[in-house]
Amino acid sequence: MSATVAAGRARHVNVWSVIARTFLYSFLVCLGVVVIYPLIWMALSGFKDNAQIFGDPFALPVHWSWNNYVQAWNQGVRGYVTVSVLVTVASAICTVLISAWTAFGLTRTRMPAKPLVIAIVLGGLMLSPTVAIIPLVKMLQALGLYNTYWALIILYTAFRVPFTTFLIRAYMLDLPGDIDEAATMDGASEGQIFWRITLPLCRPIIISCVILHVLFAWNEYLFAMIFTSGSDVQTLPVGLTSIMATHGTNYAVVFAAMTISALPIVIVFFAAQRYFIRGLSEGIGK
Amino acid sequence: MESGAAVRGAARPQRPKSLRTRFGNLLSFRWAAIALILIGWFVYYPIVDNFIVSTTDQDIYTGEVTNVGLANYDRLLHDPVVLLALWNNCLYAIISIVFQVFGAFLLAAIIEDLRSERWRRLWRAIYFVPSAISITVTGLLFYFIYQPQIGLLDAALSRVGLSQLVLPWLGNEHTAIYAIIAMSQWQGFGYSTLLFAIAIQKIPRDLYDAATMDGAGPLRRLWSITFPLTREMTGLMIIVTITGAFQVFNEVMVMTAGGPNNSSQVLGTWLYQKAFIEDNFGYGSAIAAVIFVLTMLTGAAQLWYTKRRRVQL
Repeated sequence: MSATVAAGRARHVNVWSVIARTFLYSFLVCLGVVVIYPLIWMALSGFKDNAQIFGDPFALPVHWSWNNYVQAWNQGVRGYVTVSVLVTVASAICTVLISAWTAFGLTRTRMPAKPLVIAIVLGGLMLSPTVAIIPLVKMLQALGLYNTYWALIILYTAFRVPFTTFLIRAYMLDLPGDIDEAATMDGASEGQIFWRITLPLCRPIIISCVILHVLFAWNEYLFAMIFTSGSDVQTLPVGLTSIMATHGTNYAVVFAAMTISALPIVIVFFAAQRYFIRGLSEGIGK
Repeated sequence: MESGAAVRGAARPQRPKSLRTRFGNLLSFRWAAIALILIGWFVYYPIVDNFIVSTTDQDIYTGEVTNVGLANYDRLLHDPVVLLALWNNCLYAIISIVFQVFGAFLLAAIIEDLRSERWRRLWRAIYFVPSAISITVTGLLFYFIYQPQIGLLDAALSRVGLSQLVLPWLGNEHTAIYAIIAMSQWQGFGYSTLLFAIAIQKIPRDLYDAATMDGAGPLRRLWSITFPLTREMTGLMIIVTITGAFQVFNEVMVMTAGGPNNSSQVLGTWLYQKAFIEDNFGYGSAIAAVIFVLTMLTGAAQLWYTKRRRVQL
């Protein structure tokens, strides 16, 4: 008696769980379409001509031509990409090196007043760029750095060192200390220990930090907009809005430019997903 | 030279510090020196300076600075746009908490419940893609999507027979801020879903197995295991989301620049408008001070929250 009731309930549950699963899967697919379709639309619109853009937005391009992409590339995007690469690479190197030094000092040396240093560095995490923007404009104008790459490289570094130090320090705390103790016994200096032992051991987290920084620097808008005015020192995000302003009516070129600027970072994300996720989980999950 | 500093505390018996070791210890500051100088100079000092600027009225062309005391703050209290902007920031926070915290939590739970690891990874990655893209790109993209002549949204609405809903979404005072917030959800939910997925993965599998043995269905497992065991992440995400909502700038700037008729202004864009369009640094700094106080409050909440979990910062 009780066995049949149980079997009946199991079948009942199965029907509902099949319905629930189908519903959930279709939900995931629909959401996926909502997320991806606008991006595909953007890339496709880059292939259309203006007449077609004003036609049916769901239609595929009639003539697949790279004209708009070539035009966008030649009319400014190339320059913006160069600046973006330069600023991103330079600030990534500075940020990661300075953060690794700081993390090393905080975990591997007898630096006095460590808690104070930690509080100062990590306190920087709470301060937002928006709040500092007006004094920074005055300061960088006074330093003669306004409208130069240096403004962006310095600010990206200064504002990202706290977070990056936080990640690298957490990783270094988990590293065993006996290797560098042995090295100290053998007469290695702190500098040698950092470059030869600690830094190589931190490789995984360093890669994660570089990727998180690249993502930040490639996409940053507020500083880039305020501190650069000449098109020769503008990064992609700001350059895009300039292209929008100058090619305002030629939407197809704007779509092409948007696609060109989104593509590298999507590729970086898919290629380095593992490191990226590690960085995130270390950063916020800890 | 450096050996004095490099000897680790536990390795030697305690003895009175010689001048040489003290000097060696001080030398260790060099590891943190660049970071401290950079952060002090470009992160902390501007915050202090901001408060000074906010008590002045400065003409950036003539460079003439007059001290006006708290007049800028007084003006702030009587500025209706500040109130509206503050309200828009709050809307941002509330809607983002619904979608990017609770919605993302549910989505992460659904994804992590899938059996195939390959599919789980694929969904997480797909939903994340917009977060990797610059806000300028997504902002411009949605500027086009919301446009009545060429946009996807109005075309889709009329295609499914909802043409009475067709609107210039960003050009309408009542819908502009919601359209921007919707774009922001589209862009950001994958990021928090990924973080929740990481948190869910840390829950030991046998808890679920034991619960299934005891006859707990999927909803019951969600409510009794997943939710309580990711509560720390939920709390942290709520705080992070609120902090982010008070710093919103890019998407509003790119999509409407605060318009039409200031209806989509947030504190960040109003600051920009006042300081850089109308060249009023003093008043802009006063708005920045408001953002500073708000983010410090949420920052303090975050610190308290992480301390409470005894997490080593």
